[in-house]
Amino acid sequence: MIALLIRDMRLAFRAGGGFGLGLAFFLILAVLVPLGVGPDRTTLALIAPGILWVGALLACLLSLDRIFALDYEDGSLDLLATAPVPLEGVVSIKALAHWLTTGVPLVLVSPVLGLLLSLPVPAYGWLLLSLMLGTPALSVIGTFGAALTVGLKRGGLLLSLLVLPLYIPTLVFGAEVVSRGAQGLAVGTPLALLAGITAGAVALLPFASAYVIRINLR
Amino acid sequence: MSSLWEYANPLKFMRTTDWLLPIVAVAAVVITTIGLVWGFFFTPDDFRQGSTVKIVFIHVPAAMMAINAWVMMLVASLVWLIRRHHVSALAARAAAPVGAVMTVIGLITGAVWGQPMWGTWWAWDPRLTAFLILFLFYLGYIAMWSAIDDPDTGADLTAVLCLVGSVFAVLSRYAANFWNQGLHQGASLSVAPGTRMDWAYKAPLYTCMVGFGLIFLALVLAGTRTEIRARRMKALVARERMA
Amino acid sequence: MSLKVTDLACARGGLPLLEGVSFALVPGQALVLRGPNGCGKTTALRTIAGLQPAMAGQIDSPPDTIAYAGHADGLKATLSVTENLTFWAAIYGTNGIDHALDRMNLRQLADRAAQNLSAGQKRRLGLARLMVTGRPVWVLDEPTVSLDAASVALFADVVRAHLAAGGMALMATHIELGLPEARVLDLGPYKARLPDPSSGFDEAFL
Repeated sequence: MIALLIRDMRLAFRAGGGFGLGLAFFLILAVLVPLGVGPDRTTLALIAPGILWVGALLACLLSLDRIFALDYEDGSLDLLATAPVPLEGVVSIKALAHWLTTGVPLVLVSPVLGLLLSLPVPAYGWLLLSLMLGTPALSVIGTFGAALTVGLKRGGLLLSLLVLPLYIPTLVFGAEVVSRGAQGLAVGTPLALLAGITAGAVALLPFASAYVIRINLR
Repeated sequence: MSSLWEYANPLKFMRTTDWLLPIVAVAAVVITTIGLVWGFFFTPDDFRQGSTVKIVFIHVPAAMMAINAWVMMLVASLVWLIRRHHVSALAARAAAPVGAVMTVIGLITGAVWGQPMWGTWWAWDPRLTAFLILFLFYLGYIAMWSAIDDPDTGADLTAVLCLVGSVFAVLSRYAANFWNQGLHQGASLSVAPGTRMDWAYKAPLYTCMVGFGLIFLALVLAGTRTEIRARRMKALVARERMA
Repeated sequence: MSLKVTDLACARGGLPLLEGVSFALVPGQALVLRGPNGCGKTTALRTIAGLQPAMAGQIDSPPDTIAYAGHADGLKATLSVTENLTFWAAIYGTNGIDHALDRMNLRQLADRAAQNLSAGQKRRLGLARLMVTGRPVWVLDEPTVSLDAASVALFADVVRAHLAAGGMALMATHIELGLPEARVLDLGPYKARLPDPSSGFDEAFL
């Protein structure tokens, strides 16, 4: 299992692995929004939590189709499915690798982008915390979507159509934490709900993902 | 001897719906017409909302069926996953477009109603938002079906998607509630403090609901028959190729 | 320990392809499946490897004994030969890839990225992967595609050594492997019969 994690991370960092694409996308988004909306600090501060969360979501989406598609094409997925490792574990590890190579970097750069978007000072901690709690759910849900579409040619667009609606609860609670934090309001409830969704998704979705992978390999 | 599962056999299903479908279809048209005519022309105007309120006779049944259709798809998906009855999977597939259209009708009539009442065609009210999200789930489900060639694989994948989607649809509903307290009135039929709606409205409204339910049933039956025939055709073509 | 297949029927895309396939393998034996394209060799192997359910019949083998190698080798282009092999060894919980590197003549290529290997070299790496699984039953789908004559002989030697060590091999192939001791099973006669059309519209629509 550890070997799989190491392999997936290594592949992500090697040439053509796509590491950094999500980050670059996130950065571009944070540059484009002020250019479109105007430089007014109060407006930007108001929309910053939402923009940052939507940006993280879309950046996450970019690399989802790589989770299984490459392994499917080169036959690794067949071999992993017949190897002495549970497929549920394989999909969990793959989601973890996706989170480590996409989610964590997004979390780490988010304060810098918050600066670009004039995010109010009290919100930075909540931004980091909410993304840290929410991005694992994005990876796990995305892994499920990738598992559903793995056998399809040109499944990328369908993948977005399937996954984005599933991201709604995470987005709502995540952005709510940040915007309440920015206004100095209590954030306990949305934070707990955000963590709850992540916990539920991490615990249950790998079973669904493994099930649909088996169907797709048939 | 006769169990419900018998109808899970495509042949038996086709034979039964041969005579059942026309009856349901006629009943659907008659009852819906009665309900709508009754509602539109033989009910008093609301003292505040005027005749605008009468759109309720389309809006509420459509919204109700939009949700019921998803619930039916969920049940049918479970039946497919657990008992592997093909008719069940095909019925879920047939219900999706009907549910999606009901959702759109609910949204459009809501907009038409909302414009004079709230002064806006659209507001990010939790109920409206939840319906829009439901529509997105329908789109994803339909797109998933149409993307897959092999019918059994398609049935399996969409069934899992429907299951997972249901959980997230409910979560989204709560998220939308949490995110914005809305303009939308509470459930129009709730029996909370005092009767909110007079029987003069309730009777035609119930009639319309039954009518919409029958329309949904007729469309799903017809759709399922089409799907069965399509699969039959696919199977025959495949058989030709095998021989 | 043995692999016993009884009355196996399998389908691809919902269409029955093969039925009534039976054979048994005991340690030291190899079986070659033959048959025209599309007769169901790959489907049968995937079913035996556990990737898809059998329509009917039984596949008896102790758990965790089968190593499957399909048309694709499961190699990562940007990883080196050593990294690819080490990964699979770790997944199967074995160690020591040296033996496999030596046997498949990959020693000189050990540090080269898989994307810079020729088709035949990739195939050899794919077969080396089988050796590091440490599993007794090899299920191989067209193992000699893109191998040159020398490599086919090398492959035959490796299979022979595997059999001598008490392993088993089940292979689908068209060419002569140079393994005269392997039994041959022609899948042609096991083609699934068409279901009776007069039975009409049953569950499977066939």
